[in-house]
Amino acid sequence: MDSQKMVHQANQIAAYFEVYPQQRAEEEVETHIRKFWEPRIRTQLINYPGDGLHPLVQKAVAALKNDTGQSA
Amino acid sequence: MAALNSIDCGTPKRESDTQITLEIDGRSITVPEGTSVMRAALESGISVPKLCASDNLEPYGSCRVCLVEIEGRKGYPASCTTEVAEGMQVRTTSDKLGQIRRGVVELYLSDHAGTSRVAGEQDQAGDDELLALAHDLGVTENRYGKSGSNHQNATIDASNPYFDFDATRCIVCSRCVRACDEVQGTFALTVDGRGFASMISAGTDSNDFLSSECVSCGACVQACPTEALIEKNVAAQGLPDRVEKTTCAYCGVGCSFNAELKGDQVVRMVPATEGKANHGHSCVKGRFAWGYTHHPDRITSPMIRERITDAWREVSWDEAIGFAAGRINEIRETHGRGALGAITSSRCSNEETYLVQKMARAVFGTNNVDTCARVCHSPTGYGMSSTFGTSAGTQDFDSVEHCDVMLVIGSNPTDAHPVFASQMKRRLRAGARLIVADPRAIDLVRSAHVEADYHLQLKPGTNVALINAIAYTILEEGLENRTFVEERCDIEEYEGWREFILRDENSPEATEQYTGVPAASVREAARLYATGGNAGIYYGLGVTEHSQGSTMVMGMANLCMATGNIGRSGVGLNPMRGQNNVQGSCDMGSFPHEFPGYRHVSIDSVRDIYENEWNVKLDVEPGLRIPNMIDAATEGTFKALYIQGEDILQSDPNIKHIAAGLEAMECVIVQDIFLNETASYAHVFLPGSTFLEKDGTFTNAERRINRVRKIQTAPAGYADWEITQLLAQALGYPMNYAHASEIMDEIARTTPTFAGVSFDKIDALGSVQWPCNEEHPEGTPVMHVDTFVRGKGKFMLTPFVPTDERANRRFPLLLTTGRILSQYNVGAQTRRTANGQWHGEDLLEIHPSDAEVRGVKDGTLVAIASRMGETTLRAQISERMTPGVVYTTFHFPETAANVVTTEFSDWATECPEYKVTAVEVTPSHTMSDWQKRYIATRERQQRIGDAGPAPVRSSETVAAGFDGGDK
Repeated sequence: MDSQKMVHQANQIAAYFEVYPQQRAEEEVETHIRKFWEPRIRTQLINYPGDGLHPLVQKAVAALKNDTGQSA
Repeated sequence: MAALNSIDCGTPKRESDTQITLEIDGRSITVPEGTSVMRAALESGISVPKLCASDNLEPYGSCRVCLVEIEGRKGYPASCTTEVAEGMQVRTTSDKLGQIRRGVVELYLSDHAGTSRVAGEQDQAGDDELLALAHDLGVTENRYGKSGSNHQNATIDASNPYFDFDATRCIVCSRCVRACDEVQGTFALTVDGRGFASMISAGTDSNDFLSSECVSCGACVQACPTEALIEKNVAAQGLPDRVEKTTCAYCGVGCSFNAELKGDQVVRMVPATEGKANHGHSCVKGRFAWGYTHHPDRITSPMIRERITDAWREVSWDEAIGFAAGRINEIRETHGRGALGAITSSRCSNEETYLVQKMARAVFGTNNVDTCARVCHSPTGYGMSSTFGTSAGTQDFDSVEHCDVMLVIGSNPTDAHPVFASQMKRRLRAGARLIVADPRAIDLVRSAHVEADYHLQLKPGTNVALINAIAYTILEEGLENRTFVEERCDIEEYEGWREFILRDENSPEATEQYTGVPAASVREAARLYATGGNAGIYYGLGVTEHSQGSTMVMGMANLCMATGNIGRSGVGLNPMRGQNNVQGSCDMGSFPHEFPGYRHVSIDSVRDIYENEWNVKLDVEPGLRIPNMIDAATEGTFKALYIQGEDILQSDPNIKHIAAGLEAMECVIVQDIFLNETASYAHVFLPGSTFLEKDGTFTNAERRINRVRKIQTAPAGYADWEITQLLAQALGYPMNYAHASEIMDEIARTTPTFAGVSFDKIDALGSVQWPCNEEHPEGTPVMHVDTFVRGKGKFMLTPFVPTDERANRRFPLLLTTGRILSQYNVGAQTRRTANGQWHGEDLLEIHPSDAEVRGVKDGTLVAIASRMGETTLRAQISERMTPGVVYTTFHFPETAANVVTTEFSDWATECPEYKVTAVEVTPSHTMSDWQKRYIATRERQQRIGDAGPAPVRSSETVAAGFDGGDK
């Protein structure tokens, strides 16, 4: 997926969940991406080197990295 | 008309706690109070002649042939307008009654053509109940002759492409007028003139049906007791001689039809009275627009080609399936199973859809399977699952009969779900109140005898702000149903929601700047919804196809829970499903993250069920969605796509990107009835079957599983599920169903909500609404009655995050797209019927003030451009639009409206934001260069056979015709 589009989509998810308290928002964003994004796109997100990711997405990326580490 | 197998009891069924016993022709009969004598007799098998009466119309008492004798009463009362009374003694036959009836019939025949106009029926009664009655009563002569004044020189109005009006056979019984009023609710017809001059009129200057307000639903033709209104097909081909029951393949209403056949040929489709979704009504599509099934464009042989630039080569089934399997195997070996995927069809049956997702998961070995709901109701799935626990409309259609307040949001039922719209309008005429939230003034806002109490004409993209403002008003003014919330909902989530909603930013006064809807109107509408009695929400793609589609679905679900408008008849949250089986395709596991019955692929216990049933190891990870497949294809990691009955090139947003994705694939298999737009990029074409050519089931918007029955054989020989099975076998997977019912048995074995479903049960009950299982053996009309599927209802927060698609100086208007009554989605079916006479091209609706400043005149070509692309179409100046908003449909590939729509999509589901595109409109005189190139590509890439003639159409000829106003 085009990186800009991916960043936009990930940030949209964060923009929705940021209305929730911080911890829940972090969990929800990660869960959503894990539940609905195909592994290729998750990998692309995890490896995305650029800026512009919403802080909640950054948290999710960190958690997804751990997940990937565990399942690998 | 004299429909086959139809029992018409003359007057509507009445319900009453009081039962009345009377005697008719010496037989004791008990019926509910309010029942007519006619109905009491006919229900008991005692025949009473009738011409002006029909059980879907209120009694009228004009034809005077249903007269009876009643002990103790004077004269000969009409049995249709006389209600039963305790102890009443009725005689339906006597010498005197016979004499009166013969006299009346003789008078009618003195101004009637006297013979049937149906082919081969000239000496019979044909489709004419008056001629049949004359025969029954022994009226063989006419004492009045035709020398006096009569209407026998009237010309036939043949303007409607599907039926004629022949006034020489009209007895002015008003059944057609009443059907148009009471059943359809259009009020297009009237009786013009008085006394002898009385004539049925379509109410226009030219007085023809086509140019009138008639919507060609067929209710008048069905109602007509003579051949004054008759289907052209029946007149030309003769009377049908047998009936097969089936289900319409157009919208999500899922009307039941009797296909009436003469030999093996369908002569007409008659809406089935016993159909629980449509109760004997229909629209122009289901009733008349089925001629595409034998259109010459049907592809009758499998075809293959090495490259998409080659001509198609017709081959045997063995060769085509072998070629496809070979390519799939090669790609899997080289690129892995993640390079394969499938798209299921919302037009195909449950069984076929189930099989395609099974093919992807079990045979291809991937969860890369998706369906067109991605681009329509996927936010419904997310939003309703999050709040209620399952993804489906909460009510049956008949629930609307108990609804006091309808809130219609982003749905245009009179065009998109016309048969249900008629039911809504009936309820509205009976006094229900109406709130419409829509950027356009849709027909429901104001039409004959229906007027919305509030039309909240919001700006596109601001639904969430509006629903929050409605919720704010309800909470701030203390109108919520606290008892319901405490009993039925997760109270902690409710309190969180309450705190969120009551923030100042959500007040009607604060959101007015976004929505454009005056705060006072929002408050009044909110009070009406919360306090007006049973309130039901009906919504469509005007809700879902937004960046905030899922948020809006949750916002509406919150409203239902907060006011207690859920869990009984007359209330609820009702997604108006677009396609005949989009509910079913979602139910059948068409999404890449879930198995049938909405169960996530990561749940071990669910995977166990399918691994045991299918005897394979299944992937634990979610697969690619349609837009992801296209993206992955352009990146080179997705190579093969099996598409059953979808035309993504025309229907999905950003056509250029879709084309690029398809072009990058190495094996695109299109299975369809026509060479659709997507097929320009395919390597294998497998000719499929229409709904008349297979057995199976469709599930409509109210979760009703209806049977589809094979009436004829597909031109290429196979039902779609049989083709999928051939491909699976060629790929080495044992798939050996002998009948579609065996696939349903497997669905029932593996899906708890379908556990009690079988073809036998559907055949016995007529239809069944899921969940159907041990707990609900005959199905479930209304969901969430005592408890939500997820247990406690869950309020979800609904922040208004405006879309990033904004009008700006370069693109100052907002485009929203939708569909129209006579055409259907990508138009593959309806464009191949006479429905083009109503709507032969996509039009751009534009407000007069927006048109004026741009020099746009009604009926002239305009270019519409967005940051994505540009196309050309004809303008229609319309005050339905609010200034700043333009609208078009997407039925015609030449227009390709989706070249301008963007890649923005719903945050949760990637449902495209078709409803908000910033555009500019300028006068034009010709097709855009892109349109010409598109047509040239299509003509080049769809040619069949190298030795065949050159393409009939070139982009130049199509463009010239388009510019000149050809349709």
